[in-house]
Amino acid sequence: MEFPNDLRYTKTDEWIRVEGNQATLGITDFAQSQLSDIVFVEVRPAAGEKLAKGDAFAAVESVKAASDVYTPVSGKVAQTNEALSEKPETVNSDPYGAAWMLRLELARPEETAELMDAAAYQAYCQERSH
Amino acid sequence: MAYLPHTDDDRRAMLAAIGVKRIEDLYEAVPKAVRFPELDLPDPVSEMEIMDELQALSESNLETKHFACFLGAGAYNHFIPSVVDHILRRNEFYTAYTPYQPEISQGTLQSVFEYQSLICNLTGMDVSNASHYDGATSLAEAVIMALSHHRNKRTRIVLSPGIHPHYRQVVRTYCQGAGLDIVGDESLSAEVSKLVSLVDDNTALVAVQYPDFLGRIEDFTKLCAASHERGALTCVVANPISLGMLKPPADFGADVVVGDGQPLGIPLSYGGPYLGFFATREAYVRKIAGRIVGETLDTRGNRGYVLTLTPREQHIRREKATSNICTNQGLMALAAAVYLSIMGKAGLRKVAELCYHKAHYAAEKIGSLKGFRLWSKGPFFHEFAVACPKSVSEINEALLDYDILGGYDLGQDYRELEDHMLIAVTEVNTKEEMDDLAEALQEVTRG
Amino acid sequence: MAEPLIYELSSPGRVGVTLPDPDVPSARLPDGFLRQDLPLPELAEVDVVRHFVRLSQLNYGVDVGLYPLGSCTMKYNPKINEDACRLPGFAFTHPLQDPDTAQGNLSLMYHVQEWLKEIGGFAGVSLQPAAGAHGEMTGILIIRAYHQDRGDIKRTKILIPDSAHGTNPASTAMVGLQVVELPSDKRGNVDLDALRAACDETVAGLMLTNPNTLGLFEEHVQEVIQQIHRCGGLVYGDGANMNALLGIVRPGDLGFDLLHYNLHKTFSTPHGGGGPGSGPVGVSEKLVDYLPGPIVAMTDQGTEEEPPAFGLVIPAKSIGRVKAFHGHFGMLVRAYTYMRMQGKSGLRAVSDHAVLNANYLRARLREAYHIPHDRICMHEFVAMGQWEEAPGVHALDIAKRLMDYGFHPPTNYFPLIVREALMIEPTETESKRTLDAFADALLKIAQEARTDPEILKTAPHVTPVGRLDEVRAAKQLVLCCRPAELGEPAS
Repeated sequence: MEFPNDLRYTKTDEWIRVEGNQATLGITDFAQSQLSDIVFVEVRPAAGEKLAKGDAFAAVESVKAASDVYTPVSGKVAQTNEALSEKPETVNSDPYGAAWMLRLELARPEETAELMDAAAYQAYCQERSH
Repeated sequence: MAYLPHTDDDRRAMLAAIGVKRIEDLYEAVPKAVRFPELDLPDPVSEMEIMDELQALSESNLETKHFACFLGAGAYNHFIPSVVDHILRRNEFYTAYTPYQPEISQGTLQSVFEYQSLICNLTGMDVSNASHYDGATSLAEAVIMALSHHRNKRTRIVLSPGIHPHYRQVVRTYCQGAGLDIVGDESLSAEVSKLVSLVDDNTALVAVQYPDFLGRIEDFTKLCAASHERGALTCVVANPISLGMLKPPADFGADVVVGDGQPLGIPLSYGGPYLGFFATREAYVRKIAGRIVGETLDTRGNRGYVLTLTPREQHIRREKATSNICTNQGLMALAAAVYLSIMGKAGLRKVAELCYHKAHYAAEKIGSLKGFRLWSKGPFFHEFAVACPKSVSEINEALLDYDILGGYDLGQDYRELEDHMLIAVTEVNTKEEMDDLAEALQEVTRG
Repeated sequence: MAEPLIYELSSPGRVGVTLPDPDVPSARLPDGFLRQDLPLPELAEVDVVRHFVRLSQLNYGVDVGLYPLGSCTMKYNPKINEDACRLPGFAFTHPLQDPDTAQGNLSLMYHVQEWLKEIGGFAGVSLQPAAGAHGEMTGILIIRAYHQDRGDIKRTKILIPDSAHGTNPASTAMVGLQVVELPSDKRGNVDLDALRAACDETVAGLMLTNPNTLGLFEEHVQEVIQQIHRCGGLVYGDGANMNALLGIVRPGDLGFDLLHYNLHKTFSTPHGGGGPGSGPVGVSEKLVDYLPGPIVAMTDQGTEEEPPAFGLVIPAKSIGRVKAFHGHFGMLVRAYTYMRMQGKSGLRAVSDHAVLNANYLRARLREAYHIPHDRICMHEFVAMGQWEEAPGVHALDIAKRLMDYGFHPPTNYFPLIVREALMIEPTETESKRTLDAFADALLKIAQEARTDPEILKTAPHVTPVGRLDEVRAAKQLVLCCRPAELGEPAS
């Protein structure tokens, strides 16, 4: 199980990479392993749309479960990963790389401070695996 | 004791294995004060005796084998080929559960897949689910789907007054407390164009019926186009027999087609169980409620069928599910699949045409009776409304002496239609029956 | 050998049914409304019959063998029920014909209402809901209407235990109320502390299944109900597990304010491969006015010479219709026949033997399978389908291997609060011999899990098809067959 150090994490299993004023979002390795074979991904917003912290912006479905994906930060959508609707299985194989879901311009960068770092998130995952 | 295989020896051995002395000892957790109530129920009867009782009960009803039936209004007296019930009586079909273990449920799964296919091909839609309880709840689910499609940001639902009154009541029951603006059916207007003026940017769904409750056939192309322009979804409640000869609702631009499949091989049975069908376009497949069967392969490379898109459903998604539906109308969907298979392309068209021509014959005869007048001049399928010189309930009571079950009293649902009767004619009504009806109507309203 | 699709068996020109020619002149057909093509199959009667008979042979049903699905109550479906509902005097009656011409039907429905009231301990019953989930939605609507009517509009929450069936939260969400999940305690009961903490004046009610989905009678059920009543809420009973309570205790006497019955579980009507069911709702005195209508009432007591008369009435503050017409009358005839044949003593015997059978199976399996709550159960119990000594073997594999032994598997992966759950409900209509055969199979499988796990993981082996690729089914959606596309291979 991977927990890249340069990312921050949410309690609902999303990861966020912050580069300057830009943030990239996806779901974690732990999340994809819980869902197992992912068959469908829908990233809803269009470029230019504004999201509030906590908004659900995507849906991920496997054969046995369905999950909403939430943004931990507010901002304006810059780009969405169109390739995921064609190849949803990318979320299983490369959750932190090719399976990025959304890029946005942060409206309030201070929101990222509340998020877990890799060590805290790894501990959180271990807690839940019992 | 009926259906219990246990002997005294069995009970003794089982109690010993469990480690208790008597069966009563298994109920320690039940509060003593209310345990083992004396139920005021009749004593048991044997199978031999019950049949006499049921026979007597059933014979104190009037039924359509001995009465000419001209009553429709959402439930129709059609011919059911004998094959249908024989298949429904196959034990492996009717004593099976929902097919959650596909390896031993291919009979159910494939027949549902075939049912889905037949409904899609009949309605012109891309995907059908495995059924809802009835036409009314299918329409309510269409409303829920439209609201969800617009992320609960739109709150208006436009309902044509031509939709079955029960269906519109059910929509209102389902939507109570949701703060919706349900409009369009306050009064019976003659033109669909009046509905167009009600469609605005806050409209989630526009629903109409085809043929409508009063039997009329209307073209919804303009209404669907206008609705789409405003971003609203369109739903057509359709009669499946009429689709044997009439243009499928897909041609008008319908997004969802719902209705009741009772006319497809399901007996009247005093109102149920019937069959709600629900079909829609591919774009909405993940939004729809209910079970769906899909095709796939097994580990040996053979084609097989499974329930699919199950994460939408209640057992996985719980409060986020597209609906709460669990048990649906499985065996009735099988009935419809068998009916449509045995009727086939030629049979269904012929049934539809028989209904059409017979109904038009009856309408002509009755419309020209003294004191009676056809209410609508437009095209109709197999039902039509007539203005009567007396109250419908008086007429129907008198018709019983002629062994005729008269039509529906429209005054109950439409204040504009006091003393109007809705007459339904199907392929089972003979010319003789219709001539007798006309004669009887004239006699009971004389003077 | 796979059975072809009905469309694949079709041949142009074949005819299945002969119909008489019109005995009236042809009317003018409606311009602009005629369809060109009608894409339905064309088969002769013999081909239709063979197709569906062969499909039926691919199915397992209660009439084939044991179906121990927890919370489904797959009991034997009496054949007399099937004859009863097909009597012409029942099958050929129209729901809208004058009630005076349908007194037999109304009398039957009235008695079903009365008997369900008596069995459940309720003051009013509506037979209109079509299934259990439909009854649940009806119940939540009644709870909401009751509070609204009293001006108590801040009650927006429904408390639901984490062991509840998925339809409970789904039904609540459909009504627009908020779901608050309650944890279960170590003994599998509703956690009383959590319940107390959650109870306030924003709670509309609690949905409770008793016995719960672990098959256990809630040990503090009256305390739980009183707690909800104290904070002003109502208690809805999910009656799916009624098979354990007939003549044992009446939910109304425990304090439940409403309850739905599943006629297709407790009252022997067949499951039909996914319905139709029937989910009547019973309510206490203060809720009778809110029931969905119409319901059947006795309009005339009758005399020695004249039988009583029955009619359809709408309750004074009805929440409205929940479906068209009156309800699943065909299922009511079956339930009536069943209740009449069982009578008072028979219904009690049903529950006694359902509970006996479940506890016997539990006794036979408890050495080989871990049962998290290993105490006297009611009509069902939950075992874990997993062993430390057999890593990699899951409940799913046990389920699939059971098919090779000729049994339908128990419910898998429910309730959610037990990992690798196998929920087992034999029902009362199974003999000791069948139960022993089932237990023997499960014991063998427990052995195989240690000595030959591969045979479980690749099971089933003797069924018409092997394990099916559900990922493929979800990714490459093929949901219907179009005649125009025939000729394309399935793979």
